[in-house]
Amino acid sequence: MTRTAVARDGSLFRLGLGVAALAVVALVLGIAFVLVDGSLLSLRAFGFSFWRTQVWDPVARRFGALPFIWGTLYSSFLALLLAAPVALGIAVFLSELSPRLLRQPLTFLTELLAAFPSIVYGLWGMFVLVPVVRKLEVATPGWMRHVPLFSGPPLGVGMLAAALVLAVMVVPFTAAVAREVLKAVPGAQREAAYALGATRWEAIRMALFYGRTGIIGAVMLGLGRALGETMAVTMVIGNNPQVSPSIFAPQYTMASVIANEFTEAADPLHLHALVEIGLVLFLLTIVINALSRLLLWRVGKKEEAPAVPAAAAPVAA
Amino acid sequence: MTRELQAPADPGIRIRTELRPAEPAAASAAIGIELRDVNLSYGDNHVLHDISMDVDEKRVTALIGPSGCGKSTLLRCLNRMNDLIESARTTGSVKIKGQDIYGPGTDVIAVRRRVGMVFQKSNPFPKSIFDNVVYGLRIGGVRDRTALEAAAEKSLSLAALWDEVKDRLQASALSLSGGQQQRLCIARAIAVEPEILLMDEPCSALDPIATLKIEELIYSLKERYTIVIVTHNLQQAARVSDKTAFFWLGRLVEYGVTSDMFTNPREKLTEDYITGRFG
Repeated sequence: MTRTAVARDGSLFRLGLGVAALAVVALVLGIAFVLVDGSLLSLRAFGFSFWRTQVWDPVARRFGALPFIWGTLYSSFLALLLAAPVALGIAVFLSELSPRLLRQPLTFLTELLAAFPSIVYGLWGMFVLVPVVRKLEVATPGWMRHVPLFSGPPLGVGMLAAALVLAVMVVPFTAAVAREVLKAVPGAQREAAYALGATRWEAIRMALFYGRTGIIGAVMLGLGRALGETMAVTMVIGNNPQVSPSIFAPQYTMASVIANEFTEAADPLHLHALVEIGLVLFLLTIVINALSRLLLWRVGKKEEAPAVPAAAAPVAA
Repeated sequence: MTRELQAPADPGIRIRTELRPAEPAAASAAIGIELRDVNLSYGDNHVLHDISMDVDEKRVTALIGPSGCGKSTLLRCLNRMNDLIESARTTGSVKIKGQDIYGPGTDVIAVRRRVGMVFQKSNPFPKSIFDNVVYGLRIGGVRDRTALEAAAEKSLSLAALWDEVKDRLQASALSLSGGQQQRLCIARAIAVEPEILLMDEPCSALDPIATLKIEELIYSLKERYTIVIVTHNLQQAARVSDKTAFFWLGRLVEYGVTSDMFTNPREKLTEDYITGRFG
């Protein structure tokens, strides 16, 4: 085959890659279009009140997304709160402290945790975690149960169980990315700290500080995973649409309600309301993505941080 | 002995082309660091062989030699930086003011506070200029703001950087030029008031003018500190150092007063190296 003039100047190559890149844009727009098109009935019937209505009653044909938005955000942030310190601890141990013999197997195991299908976590949550959480709830002293954070009957299933399962699922992701970030911190930074008489802990703190944009990115990646997680959460959160501050109360998330009710939604309005929940989740993901980008940008800008590979932006499943 | 050329571009800059006159007091200097039979290996790789030498106090000692001759490794023995490498094994003794820093029960952190270090590539922390300079003091427990400010001014002045940065101490250290960053690293190292300053090719990433500034700085700092500098640049060794040690394949080949060594080396190997026959 001889090389044609077109092939030589690279225009075909550029065209091919351009099409691939544009396909991403087309895909996002396509998803947005399908979500809006599929939720027209509900959009017309409820308008913006959909966002702040607490009622979800398919029989009375009244639908509001607030309990699900609340449930998704609450479970995700709670999971992040639990997962971030553990994940950072794992990352620091693996990259800075671990004896060389342990490093490979532990890294492998951490990454293996990320590969389990979420239904496996759901089963584990149902049969192992929920009974433990129930025992914990029963053992909670009476005076604590008057605090809104811990009120409600001790069911086991609920916000706490969901957040714990999510945390377990998020840890390997965040830990793996944070480890990569720490690995990318130049040895010269640690050496500079050691040469000034830093202890190991102080040198590690300096490395964490140097990689802070990447670390934030790692945490945000975990948040993205938590926001979109469906199966495992559905199995342990209790599936009760209510806005409650209690971590013991059974609640509901956006992804869970879509998964649970989609097949049974005979009423077109019900179906459209579910698709609109999908639209809300889509928008929420975009907003959180944008906010985390902004955060990374601000942190990076402040000190003109050198380029540590900022971890991939969060992508909701 | 010193002939100075006027650089045509900038009359303020003088380029020294000849050796500085030998320090008359060189012979009478006290011993700053005493190395005896220092051996070091990384795993099976024996890198340093029986190094014994006395480094003069408050003088500049240059370590020269071809790449891989062990000069940087030896430098890193002097503040126990090689401890950070798992496979490194060091034997022999390195005494600073009579204290063997490899002796049992040595507080490595205290050693590193006595022996400052400046690296090949400037490595400021991604923090403000001020926070960089006082980092060593802060981790040493100094909290008093006025004390920190005084120390910052003093160290930056000694590092000949104060006038350039005094109005923007809170600016990021990464906004400085390469030469300024390296002087900042020197200021950071001397802020903890060490006795010894180790420099590992401090000018290798700098342009000639920034290099000249650092060399001037080294010259002025030796009033206060014992300086050991590793350099690939033989002219630099000739310009800044009082004594020079030539290493080859992990052995100390020749060690003596710099001007003697460059004009009249004792060993054939040294002569071949400094005349550019290898390396």
